[in-house]
Amino acid sequence: MRILAILNTRFICAVLLLMPVFALLPAQAQNVTDIELFDQPNDDGSAVILTFDLEGDDLLELMPQMQVDGEWYNSETVPLTLAALDFKSSHPEIFSWGVEDGQEDLHPNHRFVVLSKYISVDEAGDQQVEDINPGLGEFAVRLLIDPDGAAIVHDAGTVQAVEQWFNTNMVFRLALAVVFALIIMSFILAARKNPNIFIRRIAGLEAVDEAIGRATEMGKPVMHINGLDSLATLSTVAAVNILGRIASKVATYESDLLVPCFDPVVMTVSQEVVKNAYLEAGRPDNYREDNIYFLTDQQFSYTASVCGIMLREKPAANFLLGYFYAESLLLAETGNTTGAIQIAGTDAQAQLPFFITTCDYTLIGEELYAASAYLSREPMLLGSLRGQDVAKAFVMLMIFIGTILSTFGNPWLTRLWTAL
Amino acid sequence: MSLSMDIGVWIAAGLTLLIFSFIYKDNPAFKFAEALFLGVSLGYTSVNTYWSNIVPQVVIPLTPGSSFNPWVLLPLFLGLCIVLRVVPQLSWMSRMAFAVYIAGYAGLAIPTEISGRLLPQVGSTMQPLTAGNWFTPLVILVGVFCTMMYFFFSLEHKGAVGKISRLGVVFVMVSFGASFGYTVMARVSLLIGRIQFLFFEWLGLPN
Repeated sequence: MRILAILNTRFICAVLLLMPVFALLPAQAQNVTDIELFDQPNDDGSAVILTFDLEGDDLLELMPQMQVDGEWYNSETVPLTLAALDFKSSHPEIFSWGVEDGQEDLHPNHRFVVLSKYISVDEAGDQQVEDINPGLGEFAVRLLIDPDGAAIVHDAGTVQAVEQWFNTNMVFRLALAVVFALIIMSFILAARKNPNIFIRRIAGLEAVDEAIGRATEMGKPVMHINGLDSLATLSTVAAVNILGRIASKVATYESDLLVPCFDPVVMTVSQEVVKNAYLEAGRPDNYREDNIYFLTDQQFSYTASVCGIMLREKPAANFLLGYFYAESLLLAETGNTTGAIQIAGTDAQAQLPFFITTCDYTLIGEELYAASAYLSREPMLLGSLRGQDVAKAFVMLMIFIGTILSTFGNPWLTRLWTAL
Repeated sequence: MSLSMDIGVWIAAGLTLLIFSFIYKDNPAFKFAEALFLGVSLGYTSVNTYWSNIVPQVVIPLTPGSSFNPWVLLPLFLGLCIVLRVVPQLSWMSRMAFAVYIAGYAGLAIPTEISGRLLPQVGSTMQPLTAGNWFTPLVILVGVFCTMMYFFFSLEHKGAVGKISRLGVVFVMVSFGASFGYTVMARVSLLIGRIQFLFFEWLGLPN
């Protein structure tokens, strides 16, 4: 027994000693077959694709190379490992859906590499990363297996990176945009002829008059915050639209309106909107440009400052409309402690729960977009809102049909609605 | 216990306490911290805007040399139009810049919204209902359908539509409840981080 134990111990020691030697052995690979080289479709001529069939160890190293002006250059700064390469089936935007459908004869699910750059070396010996572009003309590509060891070379042929004028992956998106635009435009035209379009009651907006009236009675200002995003965000545009309606009512009631801004461009547009609202209400003399001011575009210093203003000015009504981040609860909670009526609205999903718990009324997501139509009753906005409802019905129908089709094994509609 | 000897830690701890004093009520200490915070952030923004926007996007492209790009003059002109708001006679010119800005972003938003929100959400909802996996796709399907019904504005929420949209509100509120709990946890961890800073880095209490 003792001899067996000694032998066992020696065996384990030998294995442990030899482990580094095993690690140094080259990774094994089978032959590379089915090498294909082609220009990446639907791009600006900045990449080519190399596909090939290769089985081997996950750690097997590969280095694609390309020939520019007679010299061979690596396409990567460090070799790629086989395990890091994607299969064609995971990228339908390049290889379409044929691979996923398992048509192995026509669409074998090989690995592929996107070549978009090559590494040249300048006179000082420094590596320079150069982009592939159509100006390179036709160039040769080859694949080195185990570049730091056996360095087996497989020629892939030649290719030219070509820029395409039209991205065929975007055709369905274009069609959707055109269809939705046509639906909305047709309803806007219809609304101009007959502006009596029904819009369901939105509780938060019914309370706007009450909130401004209360502020007027108490002799305190109304505060409006346009969120913390730029005018590039739809919710900010909607918030500025609503600001115009609120300013119009504030001007009529001869109350004060405070608009501390996070973005200087939003501030300037808000000034224009409020000024116009005062003009339309026949109270241009009551307009105070200094009440619509820029604080800072740093999130929490803005929040600290607005909280301070809420406590000092004690506005009787706070409108928190637009896109908000982590400051939403701080603002709404401070407003709540001052006893103000608070009407909030955002499409920031993560912040809506905080507004719902701390504000008197909350416009949830799309209600914020519908608000300006609801308040103004302008035919263009009403028609747009009706058109959006029809577009939503169309989407619901598509979801329903797509689910039935995919349940019966036809994923056509699901794929059509997949962003490639 | 060994108090920190780092002046930076003392300033940070002092300002943290001044901001925390707001929990009691608005006071001069909070006002001081608020004004300091606002002033510092404005100074930082000004310097940052100059070096990360004006220099690389205006100064360098307009400096004669290899990177000279006369097309920069167009957005520069639009930017100057906004500045002209301070001249009452020329303030109308700022509207041109805003028209380009808003229309440009609205145009850019359409493909972005379709690609980033509409298609992924609709595509992900169309899941096959199979014998082994029918419950989750069905809940998602019903949830999406009812929630979308709630956001129909040109239909009165009465009768069947009212019941479906009410179910949609239930789905929305369940989602908000989960989101609320998740975010509160994250906020509590932020508070814990601040308390740890005060206790361990500033006061040097044993860990």
